[in-house]
Parts: sequence; structure tokens; C-alpha cells
Amino acid sequence: MKSERITNHKKVFLLFLISLFTGYLSLLTDAHGLDIRRSVLSNGLTMLYVERHNLPIVMVSLLVKASLLDEPPDKAGLANLTAELLTEGTGKRKATNISEEIEFIGASLGATTSEDYTLISLSVLKKDVERGFEILSDVVLNPTFPDEEIRRNKELIKGSLKQSEEEPSFVASKAFRNAVYGDLSYGRLTRGSVETIDRITREEIVRFHSDLYRPNNAVLSVVGDLTEDELSALIKKFLSPWQRGNVIKRASVERPQNKKRTFLIDRELTQANIIVGHTGINRGNPDYYAVSVMNYILGGGGFSSRLMQTVRDEMGLAYDIHSFFAPYKEGGLFEVGVQTKNESASTVINEIYTQVNRIRKDKVSEQELDDAKAYLTGSFPRKLDTNRKIADFLVTTEFYDLGLDYVDKYPQYIRAVTADDVLRVAGKYLDTLDMVTVVVGKQSKISLDNQ
Amino acid sequence: MRGLRVQSALLAESQFVRQLTFLVYLLVMRRFGNLFLFLLTSVLIVMPGSLCADVKEYTLDNGLKLLISEDHKVPLATFQIWYRVGSRNEQSGMSGLSHFLEHVMFKGTPQYGSKEFSRIVQRNGGVDNAYTTNDHTTYFQTMASDRIGLSIDLESDRMTNLTMDPKETMAEKAVVMEERRLRTDDDPQSALFENTIATAMREHPYRRPVIGWMSDIAAIQRDDLYAYYKKYYAPNNAFIVIVGDVNADEIMKKIKAAFGQIKESEIQKSHISQEPQQDGEKRILLRREAELPYILMGYHTPSVPHEDSYALDVLSTVLSGGKSSRLYKSLVYEKKLALDVGADYSGMYLDPFFFFLWGTPAPGKDVSELEKMLYAEIDAIKVSPPSEQEVQKAKNQIEASFIFGQDSLYMQAMKIGKFEILGSWKLKDTYLDGIRKVTPEDVRRVAKKYFSEENRTVGILIPQKARSEQ
Repeated sequence: MKSERITNHKKVFLLFLISLFTGYLSLLTDAHGLDIRRSVLSNGLTMLYVERHNLPIVMVSLLVKASLLDEPPDKAGLANLTAELLTEGTGKRKATNISEEIEFIGASLGATTSEDYTLISLSVLKKDVERGFEILSDVVLNPTFPDEEIRRNKELIKGSLKQSEEEPSFVASKAFRNAVYGDLSYGRLTRGSVETIDRITREEIVRFHSDLYRPNNAVLSVVGDLTEDELSALIKKFLSPWQRGNVIKRASVERPQNKKRTFLIDRELTQANIIVGHTGINRGNPDYYAVSVMNYILGGGGFSSRLMQTVRDEMGLAYDIHSFFAPYKEGGLFEVGVQTKNESASTVINEIYTQVNRIRKDKVSEQELDDAKAYLTGSFPRKLDTNRKIADFLVTTEFYDLGLDYVDKYPQYIRAVTADDVLRVAGKYLDTLDMVTVVVGKQSKISLDNQ
Repeated sequence: MRGLRVQSALLAESQFVRQLTFLVYLLVMRRFGNLFLFLLTSVLIVMPGSLCADVKEYTLDNGLKLLISEDHKVPLATFQIWYRVGSRNEQSGMSGLSHFLEHVMFKGTPQYGSKEFSRIVQRNGGVDNAYTTNDHTTYFQTMASDRIGLSIDLESDRMTNLTMDPKETMAEKAVVMEERRLRTDDDPQSALFENTIATAMREHPYRRPVIGWMSDIAAIQRDDLYAYYKKYYAPNNAFIVIVGDVNADEIMKKIKAAFGQIKESEIQKSHISQEPQQDGEKRILLRREAELPYILMGYHTPSVPHEDSYALDVLSTVLSGGKSSRLYKSLVYEKKLALDVGADYSGMYLDPFFFFLWGTPAPGKDVSELEKMLYAEIDAIKVSPPSEQEVQKAKNQIEASFIFGQDSLYMQAMKIGKFEILGSWKLKDTYLDGIRKVTPEDVRRVAKKYFSEENRTVGILIPQKARSEQ
């Protein structure tokens, strides 16, 4: 239905790039006025582009399908370490030259590895865009992974892991993930552990990069003050030399079994840091939208959610309580998170069970349903209100196969959700019998009387 | 939806978040949000006049000022109301009053009952929140620009009609206490920050934390809050900032209709103690359960628009503006002495505040060695000015960050408001000029002037361990 939107004035662009691209599609979204142009380069790189001249800036996001899904459990942290090292030395630049050059032009360039992918982000002023693209290309295509930098980064990551141990929320989250997913990918930290990091060799990093950092395993988005001509010249110069590779298909994650378990971790704290939850859904699950509505009502809807109303407003037992589904490519998590003084931990956990059971058993009211749908549809434009947000949105939308028309489809998906759908997905994806509970706090003051 | 990716972001960015942990303390929000990290990093980020959309200024008869900037790139607008009241205005024994009142502002009026405010905004796809600082309390909503009339209705109502039901008000006290436990009591770096400030400041109210001391929060009564509300929440002690897809003249009329009849109140300027010069180093230790030591140093410095503020801003960028900056390059990269280090000139305050330096020693390294090396770095600048290249890089970074800040409507409004609090939103235009004029010698001069032993307060976190796991 959208094919007629391949507009005529884009043909110039198409012709200009015909030697570079194997496919081309443009789509003007209805509500957002976003003219998203999608193309695939002959080396397999998928590219998304939005031209916006409101500010003299250019935002670039490069998503590479390289994450903890691609590393063996005993080498956990490999994807993250590889990403960190991209900016720590190339064929023609030392680590210190890269940061000096980027910072001198007031730009930023960095790589972050999350559960499903590595995202390399460049923010650069229009006047320095050529330099920005050249450095981006250099760090992605030609990193040298010097031994000295590997050692240095390993120590920094190990140090940051140690430091994280003093954050109660980190301790709780780490224990929770490990309880739900075990050693399967999503049970591990992207940073890995001290033991696994020490095991990683330079050869493995080089191979990881060479296998996965390939144009046919990546998605690029460019948003900002660039014309088509300018962009195609940059792409031709800096990204067309990127060689296609033979990328091995990722193994899918085995679905872990939910099992009721409780983990108590003793710390000298005034509050208990609590996570209650289990496995969630993956991003491709068609129930994602009904789950979004359901979760909004339960604990995702800020001050309007049921958990916030009871635990914060009525009981005064927490500053923040929230629930969320973290949907990944190959799995997901559901969790309710809260901090309350040690003495109230048990009461709050009981209330979480009460609310989860309630939304599983009773249909939500029409008012709650309408409010949730109004928020989820009405707030969507805020997800696209800066160039940076648009750039990141484009690559992740492509990665999760949501379609180029997702900005128009999303409100339709949400509007279609009924109270019966909410009841059905609550029954299907929430499970009070097999919850994992993690409590980090002063255990001598915490006594759980839960079932 | 908001929470869907929260966890992965937390894990991936924990190191970055960590560096800012202690700064977070300065702002106390009603609810966590990524945006308040932005606020903190933006303390020194301002916009050049040439890039800044025009701000239209109006003042109603009752003294309420409106600052409106039209930006039509997306069909959204942000509405912010700023009250000139914060922990700076609190008396001893009543710390946390401004912040507590901010919570109570969401508890309803006769027209809109408790919790209705956020529900109405969210039903309209908007986001709303508020935060309190040392100098001001700000409430904001961001939503579709054609619904911004809602903000006008709701904010004009609660400026003067707050019910403050005694039972509901006192119930909120427990929430504020949980917030304090979360932010300060269970966060060793945050606790160190609070302790260090309370030591460095002897007389000025900045010595008291925005969230308040626990015993003060416990002591605050409904009538204290109500009197404070009546004293400070008035059109002549507030201003409104709107940035977005609006027509300034039209929206001004709507605001006038809603706020115009609210009576101004007589705001008597209470005396605020001024901090005398510090004549010798102060030093504190904090022993807490923690993994690594942490050091924080504060040097008293003047605030924007003091003539030294521009050079101090450049100095902080030379020291700590990215991986190529002096502190990171020397102490993290070359000497491998620290896991992280930083410098921050906190100049966006009404009264003089601090230039901070901090660091976490790398595992196995000594905190006293790190302290010594931090001094070595600042001593080097006191002796010989930074290179032209370094100063130019810092200026480029500051200028670029002004421009990137324009990407967000919310950030634009924040900057206008921040400068208005300091005297006038127009200061943002002169600020960049000030930055451009800074020379390497200016940087050396301010380093020498403020980085003295007598002017310094040092706080050190010493980890203690006592734990078991089941």
C-alpha cells in the first residue's frame, strides 16, 4: 500500500547511486513528516537516510549485528571489548589521535554493545562531516587492536565491573538475569566477568571483528543537514570500500524455564532493592503491542500505573516502582523493580503479587485501557523529536524488522488492542507461580513471608 | 514503553552514569529520568546568539514573565514554569522544604484531584515532571503543541489553589524519605558529596542538601509547607518558558487569560548568609560499604556571569573534556592510576559554588597517590598555560555542544530558564562571546587563583566490607 510513495524526485538520487545500490525505497510517513529513504549498497550495507536542514548537524548510527549472542559463554565480554577497541587504534591512527581529532571538532564518536547489537554513534557538525565520516570509516574498517590497548581496556572493564558491585540496582539486576537465563546469552553481562575477560585473546578479537563487522551484517542511518548528493559522495568515498563477508547465522537462544526461586543478597543498606520477574517476550512477538498496553496499566505507566498508585501513592512505601518487558531479538525479560526500606520489603513483594494476579484474573476497565492507548499512541512523536532519536530509531526498526512504515503502523497496532487482549496476554506472559525474586539489602531487617 | 530498554541502558552506560553520580545529588526529581543526566552535563552548555531562535518576552501586570521561542521542526512543545525558590531559601531545621513541596504540588486542587495532573497529561501523550535545585523549582510538560493549553490550565490552577489535604500531604513524607534513602543514604559517592559540601560551606545554605536532612524531612509539618507555598508560589516569583511549535502571540493571550487574575504576593527577600573566604584546607573521611575508594575535591569559585566564569569553563574542559583531555590522558590512559577522573566547574548557581575534581583509583592503586597526581596536573596548569591547540579544542567542544543542544526542545527551554534564574535569559548570548575571548593565559590565571590549598575541601570515601550471601 505504500509503494506509491516512492516519489519522483527521488529518482535523481536513485540514478546517481545506481552503481552503489542494489535496492532503493523511499517512504514519507503520514503523521511525522519523516521522509525515510532506504537503500541497500552493493556491498550489502542497508542505509536509511532522513534529510533535515533545521540545524547544522549530522547524526550517524551504525548498527552492527555483533553482541553477546555471538560470543561463547566462556569468552563473555568479547563483543563489548571489541567495540571498545574500535576507537583505540587503526592502521593510521593511534588511540590518542582518534580522541584528539574527534574532540577537536567538538564531535563525539563511540561504540556501545547491548544485548542484541553494537551501536556506533557519530554526532558531528555539518562543517566537519567529511572528517567525521572518514574517522568513522577508519575505526570500523581498519582497527588494529594493539596488545597494549587490549590490556588497558581489559583492566578498565574489570575495574568498572568491580565498581558496579557497589550499586544495589546493578547487583540485583545481575543476579536476576543470571537466575532467569543462566549462562545463556541474556543471562550474562555485556561486559562479561573478570574471569571471561581475562580469557579473551587478541586473535579472538581480530576474528570477531573480521567475521561480524561486515556491511552485509550492518545497518547505517544518517539524519541531518546533508543533501543526497553530499551523502552519496561520502558513502562512495568512505563506506563502499567496506568488503562484504560470509556472516554465519546467529544461533537462536534456547528458551529458559521459569522456576520459582528467591535470592537474598546481604548488603549494608537502608533499602531493599527488589526485582521480581521472569522471562518475557521477544521483539518479534505479535503480542508485543497488547503486552505494551497491559504493562502500562500494571507498572509501566509512570504515575498512572497500578503499582505506582498502590505502592507509592497509597502505601507510601517507595519513591519509584515500575514494571517492564525488555524484548530482545531472541528472548526477553519481564521484571518489576522497586526500592523500599528493608522493613517494608515483604509488604511490597506481596503487593506486587497481588497486582500481577489481579491483572491476570480481571479485565482492565475501559478507562484504563483508553488511557493506556492514548498515552502510547500520543507519546510516540516524542520518540522522534530529535535528530539523534530518529537516527537510532531507524537502525533499530530495521534490525527488528518492524518495517519502514512502522511509525504509521504503531498507532494502529496499539489502537487495535482490546481489554480481552490485555487479559489474554497477562494470563499468557505473567506467571506468579514461577517468579524469580531478588532482594539486595540488609537481610537481618528483611523477613519475607511470601508464598 | 518507557521502561522497555532501561535495563540494557543501565548496564551499558553504568560507567558513564557513575561519573555523574555525585552531581545527580544537586537535582532532586520526582522521578528518575535520563533527562536529568542531560541537565547536569548541560550546566556549562549554552547557545550562541546566532543559532538561538528568537525569544519573545512578555510580562503580565502581576509580574509573571513569559519567555517563548517558536521552533516548528516537530509538532511538539515544552511548557516549563520556574519558581524562584529552592534549598537556598530554606532555614536551618527546615531543609528539604522546597523539594517536599514539589512532591505535594502533584496532590491536587479542588478542581483536579490528587494524581489527576499526571494522568491528564499522560492521557494526552505528554510527559510531565518536576525537579528542585538549590536555586529554583521547575515543573514541566512536553506534548503535542496543540494540547499545550492543558499545561496552562493545570499550572495556573495549582499555582494558587493547592488543597494540601493534611493526610495526603503527610503520607508523601514517607515517599520523600524513600527517595533520600535511594539517592543518598545507599549511594556512597552521593553520601560523600553531601558530606563534602556540608564541610566546605560553613554559613551559606548551599551547605544543606536539596533533598534535606532526614531528621528535617521527618519534622516538616503540613502547615510549614502551606506557609512556604503561599510565600513563594506567586506570579511575581515565577516565569514561564515555552519552546516549540506554537504561535507566541496566541499562546501569550491564553496565558494571560489563565494567569492574569492571580494576585501577586509580597515576596520579602530574606537574608541569605554569605560564605566567607576559606582560609585552610578542610578534609573529611567517610567509611561505607563500597568496592573502591573515591576522592572528591571542591574549590570555592564564583558563578556565572562572573568575569572568571568563562575561563573556568574552558579550564574544566581542558582538564576533563573527553579522552584527549589532560586528566583522562594522564591518569587513566598513561599512568593507569585511575578508573575514572573528572573535573567540573559548577557555575550555574545564584551564589558562588564549586569547581570539582574527582577520581576513582584503579583497583589496587592508592587513593593518596591519585590525590597527589591530581594536584600535579592542576599545578602544571598553574605554572604554564595550556597550549593554543588545547584551548581551541575546548572552545570548539563548548560551541559544538551548544549547537547539539538545540536538537531538543526541552534542552532549549532549560537553557533559557537556567540563564533567566541567574539574571536574564539574554546572558546566554553573551556567554559564548565570553568563551571565545578566553586565552591560554586566562586559563592559567584562574587555575592559579582558585586552585589553592587554602580554598580546598577534600572528601575521601574509604570502603568497608561486611557481607554475606545466601
